[in-house]
Amino acid sequence: MKEQLEAIQQEALEKINTVDNLKELQEIRVAYLGKKGSLTSVLRGMGQLSKEERPIVGEMANRIREAITASLDEKKEALEKEALEKQLEAEAIDITLPGRPTNVGGPHLLTKIVEEIEDLFIGMGYEVREGPEVETDYFNFEALNLPKDHPARDMQDSFYITNELLLRTHTSPVQARTMRKYGGNQPVKMICPGKVYRRDTDDATHSHQFTQIEGLYVDKHVRMSDLKGTLDRFAKKMFGEERKIRLRPSFFPFTEPSVEMDISCKVCHGDGCSVCKQTGWIEILGAGMVHPNVLEMAGYDSNEYTGFAFGMGPERIAMLKYGINDIRHFYTNDRRFLKQYHQA
Amino acid sequence: MLVSLNWLRNYVDLGDISPEDLAEKISKTGIEVDGIEYIAEKSKGVVVGYVESCEKHPNADKLNLCQVNVGEETLQIICGAPNVSQGQKVAVAKPGAVLPGNFKIKKVKLRGIESNGMICSMQELGIEEKYVPKDMADGIYVFEEDVAIGESVEGLLNLNDAVLEFDLTPNRSDCLSMIGVAYEVAAILDKPIKLPDESLETGAEHVSDYVSVQVEEPELNPYYGAFLVKDIEVKPSPLWMQNHLMAAGIRPISNVVDITNYVLLEYGQPLHAFDFERLGTNQILVRRAKAEETLVTLDDETRVLSEDDLVITDGTVPVALAGVMGGKSTEVHDGTKTVLLEAAYFAPSSVRKTVKETGLRSESSTRFEKGVDPSRVKQAGIRAAQLLKQYAGATVLDGVVSVDTLDRTEKMVSINSNTINDRLGTTISNEEIGDILRKLRFPFEQNGDVFHVTIPTRRGDITIFEDMLEEVARIYGYDNLPFTLPEGVSQAAELTEQQRLKRKVKHYLQGSGLHEVMTYSLTNEAKKQAFVSPEVKDYGVHPVKVAMPMSEDHQYLRLSILPELLQSVAYNRARNQMNIAYYEMGSIFVSSEESITKQPTEEQRLAGALTGNWLEHPWQQENKMADFYVVKGIIEGLFEHLAIPVAFKPAKLPELHPGRCATLFVQDKVVGFIGQVHPVIEKQMDLKETYVFDINLESLLNEYRDRTAFNVIPKYPSIARDIAFIVDKGVLAGDIKSRIEDKGSPLVKQVQIFDVYEGENVPEGKKSIAYSLVYQDPEKTLKDDEVEASYQEIVNTINEEFNAYIRS
Repeated sequence: MKEQLEAIQQEALEKINTVDNLKELQEIRVAYLGKKGSLTSVLRGMGQLSKEERPIVGEMANRIREAITASLDEKKEALEKEALEKQLEAEAIDITLPGRPTNVGGPHLLTKIVEEIEDLFIGMGYEVREGPEVETDYFNFEALNLPKDHPARDMQDSFYITNELLLRTHTSPVQARTMRKYGGNQPVKMICPGKVYRRDTDDATHSHQFTQIEGLYVDKHVRMSDLKGTLDRFAKKMFGEERKIRLRPSFFPFTEPSVEMDISCKVCHGDGCSVCKQTGWIEILGAGMVHPNVLEMAGYDSNEYTGFAFGMGPERIAMLKYGINDIRHFYTNDRRFLKQYHQA
Repeated sequence: MLVSLNWLRNYVDLGDISPEDLAEKISKTGIEVDGIEYIAEKSKGVVVGYVESCEKHPNADKLNLCQVNVGEETLQIICGAPNVSQGQKVAVAKPGAVLPGNFKIKKVKLRGIESNGMICSMQELGIEEKYVPKDMADGIYVFEEDVAIGESVEGLLNLNDAVLEFDLTPNRSDCLSMIGVAYEVAAILDKPIKLPDESLETGAEHVSDYVSVQVEEPELNPYYGAFLVKDIEVKPSPLWMQNHLMAAGIRPISNVVDITNYVLLEYGQPLHAFDFERLGTNQILVRRAKAEETLVTLDDETRVLSEDDLVITDGTVPVALAGVMGGKSTEVHDGTKTVLLEAAYFAPSSVRKTVKETGLRSESSTRFEKGVDPSRVKQAGIRAAQLLKQYAGATVLDGVVSVDTLDRTEKMVSINSNTINDRLGTTISNEEIGDILRKLRFPFEQNGDVFHVTIPTRRGDITIFEDMLEEVARIYGYDNLPFTLPEGVSQAAELTEQQRLKRKVKHYLQGSGLHEVMTYSLTNEAKKQAFVSPEVKDYGVHPVKVAMPMSEDHQYLRLSILPELLQSVAYNRARNQMNIAYYEMGSIFVSSEESITKQPTEEQRLAGALTGNWLEHPWQQENKMADFYVVKGIIEGLFEHLAIPVAFKPAKLPELHPGRCATLFVQDKVVGFIGQVHPVIEKQMDLKETYVFDINLESLLNEYRDRTAFNVIPKYPSIARDIAFIVDKGVLAGDIKSRIEDKGSPLVKQVQIFDVYEGENVPEGKKSIAYSLVYQDPEKTLKDDEVEASYQEIVNTINEEFNAYIRS
């Protein structure tokens, strides 16, 4: 009987070894270990053995069963793995084919610039305010120290609607409106982005409509050095930490002293090159200390309160920052232009 | 203002500072220098030569053979200029000379004869043609003066000059004069200043023997001074004066004209010279013009005057438009012998009015408009008389006949060094402030920290403390200001709810695949009332027009974003950009007044336009065009994003496809529309199927509430049921859906349309719409018979109300 068992074992293991699919492996399992399997039927003959032989043969039979089972399991695992690998291989796709596109839009470049500036100044405690695009002569000019007949009105050729109404030529009227709102006894810290209009013929550097952002800070003890420090922070954030600023005297009716701010040229860092017309500097914005007449007209005591204001053109900033050569690009909305600047 | 540095050297010692460094200093301290122009590119080896003889070239008609004495030698030069002749002094480029453009002069043979150099025109020496005196424009330059043979022409013709172009702000009209510039530059460089000599020798006769002056409106003309100059010889002005004028951008004409121009630039005081014989009377009367009175001005134009214009008359008829332009009838000419020289102060506002009406803007009017220095008016007249005596051989009559009510008081401004330092954030000492005032040549008295400053009349722009603050700050140097940040207590700042929402809306639309664009707010006649949303039209709107548009395309304020937005789409299509998905957020301008008196309402709107492919994935054969439902889906998503319930109702708007248009309702209010652009308009604008939307953004933002809340996730299972109805083609799927929701409430939690079908198995004129319903009871597990009962009720209702039947 021992010989019989050993023969079964050898035969079974050989078969398992050569089988190459799960179905046949299952058949082998049934053929040897099943109820009618050869190992089972041999064991059925155990009754005929002597008392002494029975445990020895029994132990042997169990060992053989375990060996066959282990071999079957091992083979099964191997075959399953092989089958899975085959399946995965068959399922492989060409990942270089293009994906199904999601439509991706984006902000207008000016929105991007304006929001960047808004966020920067919100971080410094400025609120964002808006105002009407059709303004009264009073808020657009008079409240800003530009009485009728003031020669500086020539600086801005305006789109008048009536004698008293016009398209605002700058966002400064929002300053005047906001100061009045705060009634002469509270600090004002605001920026106001928006569209403005001037009687210009549209060309590469002029647009009858453009955007502006103005900032205003009125409080007790506001110093001109605070303006310089604030503008320096703005310039470094907007154009890069390595940029320097300088202030030059200028004139705006609503500020005194008035300055223009330049930043050092990105290309030559101040040595002079063709980008900065050999000056080393590029003009960015106008600013100054709020004119006492403007403060007084809004109800602030100009001996007690001082302030600074600044105004800039996002178009100009965008053009400098990205090297855009024609202001009309912002308004013709050529898809090829928009797509260049739609990243988040 | 063009500032010749060689001219400026007459008043300030500039030392050897380079034009670039000077420009930089001036820009940083006072006035923006826009550019530096060199009169001529460098040339060398050009000297004065004397034409000893000039004969025709034997082999060429148009060439002359000249023997030219250049000092050390006499050169044989062939010259083609028509105006060359024997006895002239000319500019000679000797062999070896280099002219602008690196043009090297060599010995050459012309038609067989040797030519050893070149006789030059001013243009060849690098001077711009517009400044060259007319009689020399087509030929060589001929010296009119006694210049030394062999001398370099560089200095004689001012070729080594550099000109700074000042970009003057309106407050700095003091620098519209060389003397004003001299004060500014002297302050910056801390150098002494030398003013022109104003001594004048006059004849025995007195001006008052010849002429009287009357001014009817002293308010408009507080000073009028008449000088009289006799026995004038009209001829070219001296070379140095011509050089200075050319450098300042003015073409020399004759001594009389040049001298008035020269003094205009030197003193900033416009003068006018009348030919006294032509004036014909012994009287000057300044008065307002009479309505419809006419005057022929120097430019040969007949001007019809109004009572706003101030005129100089000969007692009866106008002979000049005060401060703006002289009259033709009294113009100085080659035969002029006696000149009445006017030095006057005309009120800025009066001159500005006349300039605005006539459109005449001149060097004179520009200065009067900004206000000339009252202390320099009469002095300028004296200076001009002195130059006429010297350079026109004239006799100046004694005195001046004038009407004088001009205020020449100097203002006082007191400054306190502590306040200055508080305002600037600096620690400037009293000594430094005193030093700055000294550099500016502002007289002052100091009393401790307080400086009482006398403001010279030349600086009419300085009237208050802040003006002086600027003077101190700029001379101290803005570079020396420290960098500080405000010390005041800072409030926390954030966007307002509306601003935050607007950003949300933009982000949503961008995430949905739309590009933000910006178009112009001003539109044209044809587009001014197109695509106006019904609820805007209900106001009874009148488009707002600007008074003086710059172009036909931009004259009306928009009542809808769409017309210009569609223009952008058409622009792209014309450039082969076919697939467009754009949106714009911006204001429209609504006024119900027929003729506007108050500000229009500015309503913020959100508009969009989509055309061409929406989804495209060629290798999977997927291609979805933008259509009504694409746009509707985006808008539904937007309202869902803001948690605002919205309803779409069929509508007919004139610019939209009548069968593909809907108005949007929030509660009972129209808030906008979506639809396809009417095919007729598409054709007009060269568009293909284009879908648009236009929404009142403000009503959306106002409707927004934070509706975030927690609803218990149901524990009990839901049951799904599908129904397909066959209905007439014209029945609206949305109407049935609403009815199902209504009827099925509260157990029906969701109704979705999942199939719409026409064709085989559906009768002609009918369609099948399939709905999927989800039943759920939050309290318990639903029983089949409950669902069945509700289902039957819905089926019966729909069948009855919509003349429908179930598709089997």
